[in-house]
Amino acid sequence: MPANTELPVLTAKDFASDQDIRWCPGCGDYAILNQVRKVMAKLGRTREGTVFVSGIGCSSRFPYYMNTYGFHSIHGRAPAVATGVKIANPALDVWVVTGDGDGLSIGGNHLIHALRRNVNLKILLFNNRIYGLTKGQYSPTSEEGKKTKSSPMGSIELPISPLSLAIAAEASFVARSVDVDKDLPAVIERAGMHNGSAFVEIYQDCNIFNHKAFEYTTDKDTKEDNIIRLEHGKPLIFGKNRDKGIRLHEHKPEIVKIGEGGIKEDDLLFHDEKDDSLAFLLSRMSHSDGFPEPMGVFYTAPDDCYEDLLAKQVADAIKSRGEGDLEALFNSGETYEVA
Amino acid sequence: MTSGVTKTAGNKPVKEMGSAVVFFAGDSGDGMQLAGTQFTDTSAIIGNDVATLPDFPAEIRAPAGTVAGVSGFQINFAASDIHTPGDRVNALIAMNPAAFKAHIEDVEVGGIVVVNDSEFDKINLRKAGYSEGYNPLDDEKYGQRFKIYRVPITRLNAESLATTGMGAKDIERCKNMWALGLIYWLYDRPLDTTVGYLNDYFGKKKKLPAVAEANVKALQAGFHFGETTEMFTARFHIARATITPGKYRKITGNEGLAMGLVAAAKLAAKQLVYCSYPITPASDILHSLAAMKNFGVKTMQAEDEIAAVCAAIGASFAGQIGVTGTSGPGLALKSEAINLAIMTELPLIVVNVQRGGPSTGLPTKTEQSDLLQAMYGRNGDSPIVIIAPQSPADCVEVAIEAVRIAIRHMIPVIILADGYIGNGAEPWRIPNETTHPDLFKPIEVKHATDPAKYQVYGRDENLARPWAVPGTPGLMHRIGGLEKQDITGNVSYDSANHQRMTDLRRLRVEKVADFIPAIEPHGDNSGDLLVLGWGGTYGSIVTAVENARQKGLRVSAAHLRYLNPMPKNLGELLSRFKKVLIPELNTGQLRLLIRGKFLVDAKGLNKVQGKPFLVEEIEHAIHKLLNNEWGDQDSITPSTETLGAEEAAG
Ligand code: SF4
Repeated sequence: MPANTELPVLTAKDFASDQDIRWCPGCGDYAILNQVRKVMAKLGRTREGTVFVSGIGCSSRFPYYMNTYGFHSIHGRAPAVATGVKIANPALDVWVVTGDGDGLSIGGNHLIHALRRNVNLKILLFNNRIYGLTKGQYSPTSEEGKKTKSSPMGSIELPISPLSLAIAAEASFVARSVDVDKDLPAVIERAGMHNGSAFVEIYQDCNIFNHKAFEYTTDKDTKEDNIIRLEHGKPLIFGKNRDKGIRLHEHKPEIVKIGEGGIKEDDLLFHDEKDDSLAFLLSRMSHSDGFPEPMGVFYTAPDDCYEDLLAKQVADAIKSRGEGDLEALFNSGETYEVA
Repeated sequence: MTSGVTKTAGNKPVKEMGSAVVFFAGDSGDGMQLAGTQFTDTSAIIGNDVATLPDFPAEIRAPAGTVAGVSGFQINFAASDIHTPGDRVNALIAMNPAAFKAHIEDVEVGGIVVVNDSEFDKINLRKAGYSEGYNPLDDEKYGQRFKIYRVPITRLNAESLATTGMGAKDIERCKNMWALGLIYWLYDRPLDTTVGYLNDYFGKKKKLPAVAEANVKALQAGFHFGETTEMFTARFHIARATITPGKYRKITGNEGLAMGLVAAAKLAAKQLVYCSYPITPASDILHSLAAMKNFGVKTMQAEDEIAAVCAAIGASFAGQIGVTGTSGPGLALKSEAINLAIMTELPLIVVNVQRGGPSTGLPTKTEQSDLLQAMYGRNGDSPIVIIAPQSPADCVEVAIEAVRIAIRHMIPVIILADGYIGNGAEPWRIPNETTHPDLFKPIEVKHATDPAKYQVYGRDENLARPWAVPGTPGLMHRIGGLEKQDITGNVSYDSANHQRMTDLRRLRVEKVADFIPAIEPHGDNSGDLLVLGWGGTYGSIVTAVENARQKGLRVSAAHLRYLNPMPKNLGELLSRFKKVLIPELNTGQLRLLIRGKFLVDAKGLNKVQGKPFLVEEIEHAIHKLLNNEWGDQDSITPSTETLGAEEAAG
């Protein structure tokens, strides 16, 4: 954009499109949409310079509701489409919105490879632990034993941890939050500022087919006992009264009470965003195993972006061999004259 | 092979020939592809017309010495214009018993067979599957049919390099050059092109001057062997062809596609974004383009076929030229995404270098059996533009044309090449603005910029919607796979709108026909028989039709470059012939389309044997049809006799 153009200051409202929103009333997607619009304004992003790409599922309706460029693509393939957008124009701010079915089941492969390549994409995975759009089958994040229309006797599949997967896939930014949590905008904002592929899992309430699946993280009275708010360099303390912590015991996390048996804050595990082993350990802590679930930024590390490296190879090739024109192209290889 | 005047050069008479077909065959580790390409380069450079057919084994490292591991390279070189790699082999070079076994039946009666006698030992004969104690070289059956020359190539090569100080293994690796040298002598070719190549490749590029020197020595030793041995009594010469003067290079179809795509991007002042997953026989396009980054090309090796096409679509959405390349099974995987491009009306190029199917099929063999997949292999009514190159050199133009159409009409285009075209090579006269002004015409790109006039699914005179690229102020919009309302582009489930949009998607493809040239028959404009073809069968069809016309038959050929939409005058052309024959390397896919569209009782010559048509197979079908020997069948298959015999035996 030319420097002399006056940049209008945009508000969340400016990022709202004219389309009617078609999510069910009470769906967690609304809260996320509102926060994303706010963050876009706060980060000073432009509407024309932003692209939202999605696949298929309830969450994938998201681009229609953003007054930016948008691509509602096909099931599971949003990271691949978004990668193409980034390759073609690295200057665009590209966001992917996906869900647990779209991103972890049919599109698991593309998610892994977008993260591994470190394409500069912001990937928001709305995890509602259910298939909403197809009316309520279990998903790859549904808990074992989950009874749904397609698993009337209970699911016999182990759920996948989206964050463990993202860390294993070499993601350069991994975070988690909850649709209605106060920290969601801060997490999205940090993802938005990260240079590289940012993966954010957002617990999202599907109030039709899996209502209250994440109540333990949203209920005012209990949530602080069930989550840990991660802060870089700070000990892992949680609980309504901030009196509980996580300590490492024989390489495994354990819940301890601060002050009990002489346990001090210094004995606790300290969060280090730069440590991928720690991030992985944190990603394994689950409510079903009796642990509080970490929220916030698990891991972040600077790394070169795929589309920049690709553009650099092009620039380097032009530098060393000269920019090829049509004549050079056609006359490449071994040529000979016929008189 | 037509023989002419005999003259003498050196100590042996030289027979003048019009053309010859040479076949190099050996184990996949024997360097036959290199020998073949070198022979081709040399022949092209001295002014012959050439056409080649490499034949790769399906396995990368099939057990050495087995028939499955045989790698071959066929070259037809001529003093006149030729279009095919040739029906019958005039000279076979068989580096081991397996190569002999695999290709001896391709040799013409009376043809030359040079065998590497050193390798015809007990073990190799067994590996080739010959029964214990049998050596085909001692079998009179072959001795009577062919001129067999038993040359101990491995031993002679080793002897000639004995003083180089190289290890036995490295010495053995030079035996392909020794054999090539001998064949150069046999066909009176100079060594300098290959010497230059060996010095460049091994000497400069790989920094192995000793290896370069040894290879050159082997090449010369083979040549000298021909000259001094009493074994060969004559050698052959094929005069230069009367080719249009100018600058040439040899080109394979895959190189042509790569170059054409890059050229198109330049003509459109766009960046080429080529996204592909490695697959035989299309990977060479990815390799070529990955090495062309100084032309502004970006290549992405995707995690799978679906990601490849999706990334290409994303690139097109973002305003560059998105292209994906694949072969049949990959096209199947891409079909859902191609429909997304149809629905979102984005320019997209899908290159399909066809191979034998179904399923994994015959990865290294050619076939034309993806036409109906390209045409119909997607959910819903989803018409797409399809064009097909007819030869390796034609690939350049077809690739440029595909991009031109995709951008002008905001539409996806499938290019149907095939393994034969992709890997086959021919001389290509390098175009320039004077010789090919049309080719150099810039590709006009109209990006929407004016918010006041912008409608996401508004239409221009070609029914193309505007290409509004992310980054453009005021044109923010959302597209996707859900049905869109005409003009506004909003999601719409309205039934009348869906009817209208479905009709529009068909009309948009039909509109392309306004821009494509009328189909011109090769031969007369009317007659007893029209032989209609498409894609890589062009050379065989044209040659067969020319031969038939020389015999006074009222036959013409017509070749479809545009398969969807077809040229507007095709129906009228078909009606001017009493009969129509459609030879295809499938079981009758174009025939089905032609019969359905034009209600013409077209007959088929259909072959799926992993090989291109022999000219004689098409000639045979022409005669059958014109002599009323066809019967009431819809199609015939070459060598049905063999099939019948096998069935009877089984
Ligand atoms: S089905 Fe569930 S996830 Fe989908 S829109 Fe309704 S509440 Fe939201």
